[in-house]
Amino acid sequence: MSEILKTRQALTGNEAFAYAMKQINPDVVAAYPITPATEIVQIFSKYVADGEVDTEFVAVESEHSAMSACIGASAAGARVMTGTSSQGLALMHEMLYIASALRLPIVLAEVNRALSAPINIHCDHSDTMGSRDSGWIQIYCENANEGYHSLIQAVKIAETVNLPVMVTLDGFIISHGMEVVETLDTDVVRQYLGKRKPMYNVLDYENPIMVGPLDLPDYYFEHKRQQIEAMRKAKAVIEEVITDYNKRFCFDFPVFAEAYRMEDAEYAILVMSSAAGTMKEAVDIMREKGEKVGLVRLKVFRPFPFEVLQELFKNVKAIGVMDRADSVNTMGGPVFNEVRSALYDLNSRPRIMNFVFGLGGRDFPLSDALYIINRVKELKEGKSLDFVEYVGVRE
Amino acid sequence: MKKKGWKELPEGGIIKNVPTSQELKTGSWRTQKPVWDPNKCTNCFLCWLYCPDSAIILKEVNGEPKVSGINYDYCKGCGVCAEVCPPKVKAIHMEKEEL
Repeated sequence: MSEILKTRQALTGNEAFAYAMKQINPDVVAAYPITPATEIVQIFSKYVADGEVDTEFVAVESEHSAMSACIGASAAGARVMTGTSSQGLALMHEMLYIASALRLPIVLAEVNRALSAPINIHCDHSDTMGSRDSGWIQIYCENANEGYHSLIQAVKIAETVNLPVMVTLDGFIISHGMEVVETLDTDVVRQYLGKRKPMYNVLDYENPIMVGPLDLPDYYFEHKRQQIEAMRKAKAVIEEVITDYNKRFCFDFPVFAEAYRMEDAEYAILVMSSAAGTMKEAVDIMREKGEKVGLVRLKVFRPFPFEVLQELFKNVKAIGVMDRADSVNTMGGPVFNEVRSALYDLNSRPRIMNFVFGLGGRDFPLSDALYIINRVKELKEGKSLDFVEYVGVRE
Repeated sequence: MKKKGWKELPEGGIIKNVPTSQELKTGSWRTQKPVWDPNKCTNCFLCWLYCPDSAIILKEVNGEPKVSGINYDYCKGCGVCAEVCPPKVKAIHMEKEEL
C-alpha cells in the first residue's frame, strides 16, 4: 500500500470546512452569510476569486434562495454544496424537504447555533434538531478534524444513496477554535470522489423528464415510502463509506457512534458533538476512582442508528442522555426521546434520564460533567429522580 | 389502469418519457355522460369547438370531416356539448353515469 500523505495544519472549524470544500471542488456553491458560519463561504469565495476551484459561486439574497439555487443546480447534475447556521437553516426549512424528496445529494456544512428568540449567536443544537425530520442525513462532529473528513465522506455518502447530507460543528467552540487538522492532498480527495453520476438530469433534453410535478393522494404516499427506504439503505452506505475511508487513508473514525470506555460500563452517558471532549475527561476522572462509567458519542442522528445503540447499551443499568436543545414538549430533548424509544425493547430496560445543557452557548464546565455522571450513578443505584434535569441554568 | 407500487415508480417523484398527460385517463371523474345520436347530428361542429377536453371525435368521410362519437377516456361529463347542440337538433343528451 502506498503511503498516505497527510498534512498537519492548524485550522479553525470553519477553515477546515472551507478547505474541504476547496478540495472537493463542487460545481456550484450557493450561499448566504450567517454568524458563525459566515467564514466558510467567505473563505470559499476567496478560493473562487483566486481561481483555485472551478466552482460557480452564486451569491444569493437569502438562505431560502441559496437552497433553491442548490436544488436547481443539483437537479441539473452538478455537485453542489452550501453552508449555513441557525436562522439561515430555519429559512431554508421549506426547501430542505424539497431537496431530500427530489433525492438531490446536496452537502451542507452546518455550524450549530441557537435559534431566536431571544437572539443569540452561540452554540446549541436547536437549529439542526429543527430539521431532523426533513429527510436529510445528519452527521454531528466532535472537532474540526472530524468535520473536515466527514464533509468529504458526506459527498460520497450523498451521491451513493441520493440523499442530501448536513455535517455539523458546534458554533464558536469548534467553528472558531483552532486545532490540528490532518488534511489529505487535494489530488487524493478529487480522485477519491471522482465525478458525480446523477440519478437524473433535468437538462438532458434528449431524455426529457419532469421534476417536482404535483403528486396527489394517488401517488404521494408511494414516493414518501421510497424516501424512507432510501434513508434505511443509507445506514449500510454510511457504514461502507466510513469504513472504506478509514482503511484507505489510515484513520479510525467512528461510523454511527463512538464508544468510550464502555467495555465493562455499568452506567453510561450519551452526548453529541464537542461536549464529548469534556465528558471524556469526566469519565476518566470517575474511572480513576473505580467507577464503571462509559460514554457514547452519537455522531449520526439521521438515519437514527437505533440498532447500534441497543447493542452498546444492552448491559448498562442506567444512562444519562445529554441534549443541547429542548423540544419544549415538557418531556426533554429530541436525542433523549429517540434514545429512550430505541431502548424500550431491550430486556434489560436501563433507567434513562435527560440532561439538557449548554443552551445559547452556556458554558459546559468539567464540574457540570462530573455532576451529570454522579446523578446517573444515583439513578443506577435506584434513586428516584426527575427524568429531565436542566444543568447549568440559574434557579 | 392499475397504479404502480412504490418499488416500481421512478425515484424522486420524477416523470420519465414526458409528455405523459395522455396516459392519465380522466374519464373516471365523470358523473354524467353525453350520448350522441348520429341520426340527428348535422355536423355543425359546435360541440367539437366547445369541448374543453378535445373529446369529440372527428373522422374523414368522403374527404369531409364528420362527427363520429365521443372519447370517453377523457370526457369529464361537463355537458357543454349537450348545451351548445342547437335546440332544433338535440343530437347530444346527458345520462347518469353508471359507476
